[in-house]
Amino acid sequence: MIRSQILICGGTGCTSSGSKTLIEEFENRLAENGLSEEVKVVQTGCFGLCALGPVVIVYPDGTFYSRVQKDDVAEIVTEHLLKGRTVDRLVYSDVDESVKEEAMHVSLSDTTFYKSQKRVALRNCGVINPENIDEYIAMDGYAALGKALTEMTPEEVIQTIKDSGLRGRGGGGFPTGLKWSFTAAQPKGQKYVVCNADEGDPGAFMDRSVLEGDPHCLVEAMAICGYATGASEGYVYVRAEYPIAVARLQKAIDDAREYGLLGKDIFGSGFDFDLFIRLGAGAFVCGEETALMTSIEGNRGEPRPRPPYPAVKGLFGKPTTENNVETFANVPQIILKGAEFFNTMGTEKSKGTKVFALGGKITNTGLVEVPMGTTLREIVEVIGGGVPGGKKFKAAQTGGPSGGCIPASMLDIEIDYDNLVAQGAMMGSGGLIVMDETDCMVDIAKFFLEFTVDESCGKCTPCRIGTKRLYEILEKITNGNGTLEDLDEMEKLCHYIKENSLCGLGQTAPNPVLSTYQRFKDEYIAHVVDKKCPAGVCKNLLTISIIEDKCKGCTACSRVCPVGAISGSVKNPHVIDPAKCIKCGACIEKCKFGAIVKK
Amino acid sequence: MKSLAELAAIKEKMQNKVVLREGSSETRVVVGMATCGIAAGARPVLNAFVEEVGAQGLAGNVMVTQTGCIGICQYEPVVEVYEAGKEKITYVKMTPEKAKEVVEKHLKAGKVIDEYTISNV
Repeated sequence: MIRSQILICGGTGCTSSGSKTLIEEFENRLAENGLSEEVKVVQTGCFGLCALGPVVIVYPDGTFYSRVQKDDVAEIVTEHLLKGRTVDRLVYSDVDESVKEEAMHVSLSDTTFYKSQKRVALRNCGVINPENIDEYIAMDGYAALGKALTEMTPEEVIQTIKDSGLRGRGGGGFPTGLKWSFTAAQPKGQKYVVCNADEGDPGAFMDRSVLEGDPHCLVEAMAICGYATGASEGYVYVRAEYPIAVARLQKAIDDAREYGLLGKDIFGSGFDFDLFIRLGAGAFVCGEETALMTSIEGNRGEPRPRPPYPAVKGLFGKPTTENNVETFANVPQIILKGAEFFNTMGTEKSKGTKVFALGGKITNTGLVEVPMGTTLREIVEVIGGGVPGGKKFKAAQTGGPSGGCIPASMLDIEIDYDNLVAQGAMMGSGGLIVMDETDCMVDIAKFFLEFTVDESCGKCTPCRIGTKRLYEILEKITNGNGTLEDLDEMEKLCHYIKENSLCGLGQTAPNPVLSTYQRFKDEYIAHVVDKKCPAGVCKNLLTISIIEDKCKGCTACSRVCPVGAISGSVKNPHVIDPAKCIKCGACIEKCKFGAIVKK
Repeated sequence: MKSLAELAAIKEKMQNKVVLREGSSETRVVVGMATCGIAAGARPVLNAFVEEVGAQGLAGNVMVTQTGCIGICQYEPVVEVYEAGKEKITYVKMTPEKAKEVVEKHLKAGKVIDEYTISNV
């Protein structure tokens, strides 16, 4: 009889910080102490608090251990599991003092990181073993499919999704129920369901987490979509860089087939559905729906003009419904609990919850799921734990290379689709990159643009050539050669690219530039007019110099300088030759007297 | 999978295994498992609780967990029952047989077995 379970995160984050070896170590130590029959080790998906990995949770008490190393395992087993004393030095207990006093024990759900979260799409991530179909079923898995097939007509399923107010979580925010109804309205015949798991935004990893932590949820949702729209086949397009996700999804599909939850005559309803994985090679443009389908067909991943929309002429020329992983992940819960369960959360036009991948200058790097309408302040300062190192929050970037920046003055904005668009940003897939005062906004815009220049497929000229020219202007500015005319030209070019590109990639590529230019115009001006980078990032605009009065002539700087730019004799002030200096900053770190400054 | 009944059967079978992870039980049974407790036989008591709570179908509401030394080593194995809104009940000198009885009479039927509690020694 199992009295306790040890859940170890097997997501990509924790796997790379060594959670695989922990599983083995726990099993060995448990066996040594004769506990193998009483305590079970379970590998799960992502818990969300990736910054503190590897993460281990002991149930039933829900004790949350963070940054567990192999050497800590023996102690946890003998102390906690044998003698019942938690190993306090490893417990993550970032909670309000009031909670600490009241609670008999501090559990996971009390921590500030989890307390304000509301998990719908991620409800099973970190709770079940993703490779065990029975555990998914125990958490009401496949009950929604059962309900849809035996109690509901396809029209009722679509109506429920419409009523729930669910909108596409991949970025656009198109109403999901409406999308399904377009495909359903097409004449009977071969139709397809496609899942877009080609998560390509730098900094976004929520889809990967769902695939790794709760793959059956996707299988179930796609089958429900198939039933609602009249499709008998589905494809999941996953990028090959997600090996753990691909392996777990394949296992989920195999297990579901074995149980008859995929295949012919599911639940005796006469409905047939099967699912296949297609691997993407990592081209960003393949996240665009028409390019994705072209790639599944075996062709080079390039977008095509719409209309015809995929609902009319999609994969292999047949009517196709395409949704993102997170969108699908909400579907089983909506069917099972009804539209009201979902549409009572969120704001007027954005219902439900949204998963955000927190990254950049933030304490709790990881995944969070909050109701729509939660303020940016709460996500960054409360759940995310704020900016580390006492630095000041400058802006948050949402929507990756298609999105924009929200400055510090707008921290109290309630996050939903429409508010973000109104601010020149967008929801995107939910990557949320936090920047502090040491980040240069021009440099950030250049970073994202470099990404789109690289990823532009080359089919249409505005995107292929336009983004390149735009990048060159930004390079000129950050190098200190920019002029005020360049800024005007830059803005004009941005609008031209937006209006004339063929697909979403080009249409949104200038957003990071436009948004930073609008919000941080003074920084652009400083680069162009004063030839200064206020954040101290753009190397060509910096000079490193030694303050004569403070220099003791210890020679430490001249010894560490990789290019021999510092000269001077012992006990006399040194000098930096600006012509030789590469602004690496090694001398600043080395100087014990604070005599070297970057300006 | 040809019917919902099959799905329900799997769910039933698995439920006890995952319910441990919900961590929001109304009732907590805490077994003292320090050296003194283990030496006095707390392990079989703990296991008896886990087994019986599962057998009586209470796993959703009752969390069986362990703690360190409570400080009354001469009365080990000691078991404390915390119920929301009620006084804590402390059972002493427990055995697996007594544990089964506690599950049945106290946790299921709501009647404290006074003769096993600390106030009766």
